[in-house]
Amino acid sequence: MYNKGTIIPGLILFVLFVTFPIWFNGLTTAGDLPKPELPPGGEKQCVMPADYMRANHMQLLNEWRDNVLRDGDREILEINGKKYPKGLQMACMTCHSQKEKFCDSCHTYAAVDPYCWDCHLTPNEAGSKEAMH
Amino acid sequence: MIEKTLKGKPAYWIWLAFLGMFMAIGAACYVRQYNFGLGMTGMSRDVSWGLYISQFTFLVGVAAGGVMLVLPYYIHNYKEFGRITILGEFLAIGAIVMCLLFIMADLGQPMRALNVVLHPTPNSMLFYDAIVLNGYLFLNVLCGWVILTAEKKQVKPPKWIYFFVYLSIPFAISIHTVTAMLYCGLPGRHFWLSAIIAPRFLASAFAAGPALIVVACLVLKRVAGFDAGRKAMNKLITIIIYAALLNMFFVGLEFFVGYYSNIPGHKHSLEYLFFGLEHHGHVYNNLVPFMWAFVILAFGSIAVLATPAAKKNDFVLGMGCAALFLAFWLDKGIGFVLAGFVPNGLHEITEYIPTANELGITIGVWATGFMVVTLLYKIAIGVEHEVEG
Amino acid sequence: MDNKRRKFLKIAGASVLAGIGAPAVIKLTAATPALASGHGEAPAHAPAPDAHGGHAEEAPQGVRLGMVIDLRKMNENPEMLDSAIAACIAAHNIPEFPDKKNEVKWIWKAPFENVFTDHSASHSAAKVKNFPSVALCNHCDDPPCVRACPTQATFRLEKNGIVAMDFHRCIGCRFCMAACPYGARSFNWQDPRPYIKKYNKEFPSRMKGVVEKCNFCGERLALGQEPACVEACKGTGAIVFGDLNDAKSEIRAVLDKEFTIQRKPTLGTKPSVFYIV
Repeated sequence: MYNKGTIIPGLILFVLFVTFPIWFNGLTTAGDLPKPELPPGGEKQCVMPADYMRANHMQLLNEWRDNVLRDGDREILEINGKKYPKGLQMACMTCHSQKEKFCDSCHTYAAVDPYCWDCHLTPNEAGSKEAMH
Repeated sequence: MIEKTLKGKPAYWIWLAFLGMFMAIGAACYVRQYNFGLGMTGMSRDVSWGLYISQFTFLVGVAAGGVMLVLPYYIHNYKEFGRITILGEFLAIGAIVMCLLFIMADLGQPMRALNVVLHPTPNSMLFYDAIVLNGYLFLNVLCGWVILTAEKKQVKPPKWIYFFVYLSIPFAISIHTVTAMLYCGLPGRHFWLSAIIAPRFLASAFAAGPALIVVACLVLKRVAGFDAGRKAMNKLITIIIYAALLNMFFVGLEFFVGYYSNIPGHKHSLEYLFFGLEHHGHVYNNLVPFMWAFVILAFGSIAVLATPAAKKNDFVLGMGCAALFLAFWLDKGIGFVLAGFVPNGLHEITEYIPTANELGITIGVWATGFMVVTLLYKIAIGVEHEVEG
Repeated sequence: MDNKRRKFLKIAGASVLAGIGAPAVIKLTAATPALASGHGEAPAHAPAPDAHGGHAEEAPQGVRLGMVIDLRKMNENPEMLDSAIAACIAAHNIPEFPDKKNEVKWIWKAPFENVFTDHSASHSAAKVKNFPSVALCNHCDDPPCVRACPTQATFRLEKNGIVAMDFHRCIGCRFCMAACPYGARSFNWQDPRPYIKKYNKEFPSRMKGVVEKCNFCGERLALGQEPACVEACKGTGAIVFGDLNDAKSEIRAVLDKEFTIQRKPTLGTKPSVFYIV
C-alpha cells in the first residue's frame, strides 16, 4: 500500500470527524434528553393529549393562527369546563408560563428556533414592562 | 466552457479582484442590515421604497434592452448582430441577477421570499413580476448557453432552441411592462398613475441597454481584441437615438398633461423633481440637480451620437453612450421611483437620502452584476477566439 | 391538516362555546342577512360623484364594519382624541419611535388639510382649517393594498369587511404601503420592542421587517368589546362603530341623519370610515 503513513491517519481522522455528533454527545451533556418543566400551576389538562401536543403542537398553532387571523374565527374552545381562546399568548402561555423551562428545553435540544417569540410575548417579557389591564 | 473564466491576463484578475472587493463590502453591509432591519437605510414611513427598488426598476430595463439585439438578428435576420447578440443575452443575465438581488435586499423578511410562490396571488403585480423575471433569466441562460455551445462545436444550433429565442422576445417586453405596472396601477400616486409609464420604460430601456452594450463592445475591443464590427455599432447608434428620443418625448408628455391640465396632483412630483416643491415655506429640491443632469446629459449625448464623429471615433461613441446610460439611470434609477412618494398620501413631504450602508449594498450588487457579466463575456469571447482560431 | 382538524374537533367534542361576551360578538360580527337590501349603501352619504355613473349599488351582503368619526366632538374635547390614540397604542403594543422616519401609527392626529387632501379649499372655515383631524385605516371595501400584496398577507375578511393582516406571512416588500392612498400602513424598520412603553400581554408585538396597521380591534370584537379608540370616547358619540349593512344599526342612524364625508372617495376604494365635519 502506498502512502500508508498518510492514508491511515487520514482515514482515522475522517471517521472521527464523521462520527463527531455521536461521540461529542456521549462525552458532553449535549445529548441528554430534554426534560421540559410542566406548568408551575400544576395543570394536568391541555387542549389535546400530551402525545398529540408533543408531536403536533406546531400544526395546531398554525391552524389556530389561520382560524383567528385569516378566517376571523376566534371561537373560544371549552374543553372539560376550561376555556381556551385560540392563541399562543392567550391559551398556551397561561399554563406553560415559563417558556424558558418548557418550550426552550426541547427547542434547544432539537436546534429549532421558531420565530413565534419575535412577536409573541412570553409571560416573563410581558411582565418586564409594567403590564396593562 | 466555464474553464475559459480561469485563464486571463493580469488586468482581468485585477478587475475581478476589484469587483470582488466591492462585493465583499456589499455583503458586509447586508449582514448589518439583515441583523438590524431596513432601518439601516434612508427609507422611511413616507418614502417606503428607495435606492434598491429604483435600481431594480432601472436594471429590468437594461435586461429588456438586450432584446434590441435579439430581435433584429433572429426576426429580421440582420446578420451584423451575429457577433454581439450573445453579449445582449449575457448582459440580460447579469442585469436580472442584479434585479433579484436588489429585491432580496429590499425585503423586510427575506427568509420568507418564497411566500410569493407558496401563496400565489394573481391579483398582485409583484407575483407576475417574479414569474416573468425568473422566466426571462431562465430563457437567456438557456438560449445563450445552447447557442454558444453550438458555436463552439461549429455546428448549427438545434432547431428547438429557436422556440425559446422567439419566446424570449415577448418576455423581454413583459418584464418591463409588468415592472411598470407595479407603479402605474396604484391609486393615489399621481406621478405613477399614467398609462405612458410602460412605453416610457421600454423606450428608456431600449436606449440604455444597447448603450451599455456599445460601451462593453468598445471595452472588449481594447482589452480582449474583440471587434463587434462597425456596421453593427452604427446600427446600434440608430436604435439608441430613436429610443432615447422617444423616452424624452414621453417625459415631455408627462409635463404637458401635468402643466396644461393644471391639476396640482399631476404637477407636484414633476415640480419636486425639476424645480423644487415648496411646502409650508420650505423648498424641497434634493433631486433637482440629478434631474437637470439627466436632461442635459440625455440631449447632449443624443446630439453627440447623432454626429458623424460618433460613427468614426470610438472615444466619442463610448462617451456618448456612457453619458446616455448615466442620463437614463438618473431618470429611472433615481428620479422615477423616489418622486412617486413626494408628496405622500397626506400631502406631507419627506425627502429621502440613502445611508452609507445602503450605498454599500447597492454598490455591492452592481459589482456582483458586473462580475457575472465579466465572467460570461469572458466565456463568450473565449469561444469566439477559439472558433476563429 | 383537515384530517387533524377533524380529529381535534372530535376530541374537543361539542363543548366548543363562545366566550363571555357572546351576545355582543353576535351583534358585531355575525353574518346577519342584509335587512337593508332595498337601500343603497354608503355612497348615499358620500358627497363625491359616483364614479360608476348612475348604476344602482349592489345590495349589501353580510356584515361590513365601519366607523363614523364626529370631528366636531373630537375638537370640542381635544383630550378625547389623545386618549383614543393612547388606548390604541396600549392595546396593540405599538412602539413609539422618537424619529418620524420609523413611526408606527394605527390611528393618529393630522391637520384637516392633510387628512382630507381633496377637500381643502382656500376659504374653508378657520375652525375647520385649524382643527386636528384623525386618520386611520379606512378598511376599504375595495382595498388597493390587498390587490397589491403578493402573498395575501393582507386581505379583506369576508365575514365583517375588516382589512386584516397576517404578520406571519408578510415578506416586507412594502408594496401595500405604496398602494395605500391614505398612508395608513407602517413598516417595522427595526425591532419595535425596545420602543414599546408598556406591554399588553393579551396581544403580540411585531417583528422587524413586517408591515402593520389598524385591525379595527378584531381581537377585542371577538371578546364582545368595542374597538379601543371607540371605548376611549365612550358616551360622547365622537366615534360610532357598527355594521354599515344593518339598516337598524346606530351607525346607519347617524349616517342617515348627518352629512358625512370620506377620504378620497374619487379613488373608488369605498372607505368604511366616515367623518362628520
